[in-house]
Amino acid sequence: MKVFGKWLILGLMFCTLPAKAALDIVITEGVDAARPIAVIPFVWQGATPMPQQISDVVMSDLARSGTFKPIDELGLPQRNISTVANFDVKAWSGVAAEAVVMGSVKPFGPDQYLVNFELIDLVKAQLQSNGPTAKAEYLIDSRETVITAAQFRQYGHRISDIVYEKLTGVRGAFLTRIAYVVVDHQEKSPYKLMIADYDGYNEQMLLRSPEPLMSPTWSPDARKLAYVSFENKKAEVFVQDIYTQQRAKVTSFPGINGAPSFSPDGRKLAVTLSKDGQPEIYVVDIETKAIKRVTNHYAIDTEASWTPDGQSLIFTSERGGRPQLYQVMLASGKVTRLTFEGEWNLGGSISPDGRSMVFVNRTNGKFNIARMDLETRFMQVLTTTRLDESPSVAPNGTMVIYGTTYQGKQVLAAVSMDGRFKARLPVGQGEVKSPAWSPFL
Amino acid sequence: MDLNKLFKAMVVALPIMAISACSSTSESETDATSSMGGSESGQVVSGGGVETGGVAPILTPEEQQRLKYQELRKEHIIYFDFDRSSVSSEFSEVLNAHGDYLSEHPNVRVMIEGHADERGTPEYNIALGERRAKAVAKYLQSMGVSPSQMSIVSYGEEKPLDFTRTDDGFAKNRRAVLVY
Repeated sequence: MKVFGKWLILGLMFCTLPAKAALDIVITEGVDAARPIAVIPFVWQGATPMPQQISDVVMSDLARSGTFKPIDELGLPQRNISTVANFDVKAWSGVAAEAVVMGSVKPFGPDQYLVNFELIDLVKAQLQSNGPTAKAEYLIDSRETVITAAQFRQYGHRISDIVYEKLTGVRGAFLTRIAYVVVDHQEKSPYKLMIADYDGYNEQMLLRSPEPLMSPTWSPDARKLAYVSFENKKAEVFVQDIYTQQRAKVTSFPGINGAPSFSPDGRKLAVTLSKDGQPEIYVVDIETKAIKRVTNHYAIDTEASWTPDGQSLIFTSERGGRPQLYQVMLASGKVTRLTFEGEWNLGGSISPDGRSMVFVNRTNGKFNIARMDLETRFMQVLTTTRLDESPSVAPNGTMVIYGTTYQGKQVLAAVSMDGRFKARLPVGQGEVKSPAWSPFL
Repeated sequence: MDLNKLFKAMVVALPIMAISACSSTSESETDATSSMGGSESGQVVSGGGVETGGVAPILTPEEQQRLKYQELRKEHIIYFDFDRSSVSSEFSEVLNAHGDYLSEHPNVRVMIEGHADERGTPEYNIALGERRAKAVAKYLQSMGVSPSQMSIVSYGEEKPLDFTRTDDGFAKNRRAVLVY
């Protein structure tokens, strides 16, 4: 009976609540150099009210990227236009923005909507405003798609991705998710594993447990999460499919089973096990459960993370006396120390482009998120918040989401890779921690 | 009949004989202790209106030590310094009390939980918590407690006792807890 009750609580509940901003982002420090952009509210061509304003999603996405600053709606010389054909270059001659996003939405059948959007190079348009030019010259992109009502936010992120990539050359990471752990000690079953869109919308619970849940991490196909669960009063590593809810226990050895990290091919997990004495790094084949020991040292070795080429692991080790970051080549077992600056450096991961490492740095007793250029070894502390931990880099490498403490509670925050843009995700019910940014969806 | 009553009285008056051999939780331990707190003899009122009296047992040094240990065993938490996992001497008496009890009761099992404060990363703190729990286990083992009586789990920073995130709060969270 007791066991049955436990399984009921653990019973992988899936909430199907309507879209709700549980984690709406507050920008705490903007960038002076953010590029002004004009987003014209999309024109609705239907009889009943528009289900949702797609351009609102696009505007928030661009503002949250830290790269762009959408100009105030009052500063738009033209509204109610949705194609370049109606674009009046002269009216826009004084507008200080580099591009204009416009579009329209119209009903296209039962629960179907035709969305059109266009992206205009305003600088180019303004330069050519003296003589007659073909409008096609400054039209950067134009697309048309049919979506359902449920897809409005998703398609908004898609538009943001296209705008961001066209203007910066870097792929947008707006159509991504975050996984995180919410702990509310007031509740009987305090530990919840959640996922949401990257902006906090569409929050859903994947697992709830009376015992701690830790260290969620995404599979490269963004379909599965590996995490640590103490549901059996001991640490065990699980992999769970976020769509089918299927769970599989991957390791359950005596002692620590922790810090899972998917290999770039998604077939293996690097984990920390202490079954042979001290915490060491192992690689587990998810399918066969075959394990291979990677490190062997009497000091603590933990928090492994794969380099993008899958050839080596970054990990935290105390072998030098204090926690520092090391790299181990999987083929040879050769270990190299990576960090020397600051008292501690731990919890590292490599950015998707392989050029920088993001980690937790302790200097003068303060824990903050730092980045190191792997080639020059230049280290930069990115944050000034308190008790920072669990950094996770966006798949396009532009932003880091991490756990911090604000007004005595654990909350999530984000910082751009250059440290110039900072945002906080507001305090909700309970403590929010261990964020993991998904790969591209 | 009288002999039977006298026997009953003795059983109550000498609760030391029944010392917590069967106690499995901290609550039951507290009850056992309070029932033998005073040095007064126990009195039993029987249904027939007669009262019996008795005297407190004379405690041998071993028995006195045992009482003291029983008192000390109410303390289940060992605290640690920041980033340290060595057992501080101020907790040696508490651990001696637990070790003594466990080595005399080889059928009793204890779970040693290791915890860390909220500084550092969650997974590093799991490793630190385990090291603390192991330090306690090693201490107890050196007192003759069998490894098979002890199990270890590290919760790292996942189950803090104090949520203030102040230095005092951190100190309360850096701990190993003995759970019977």
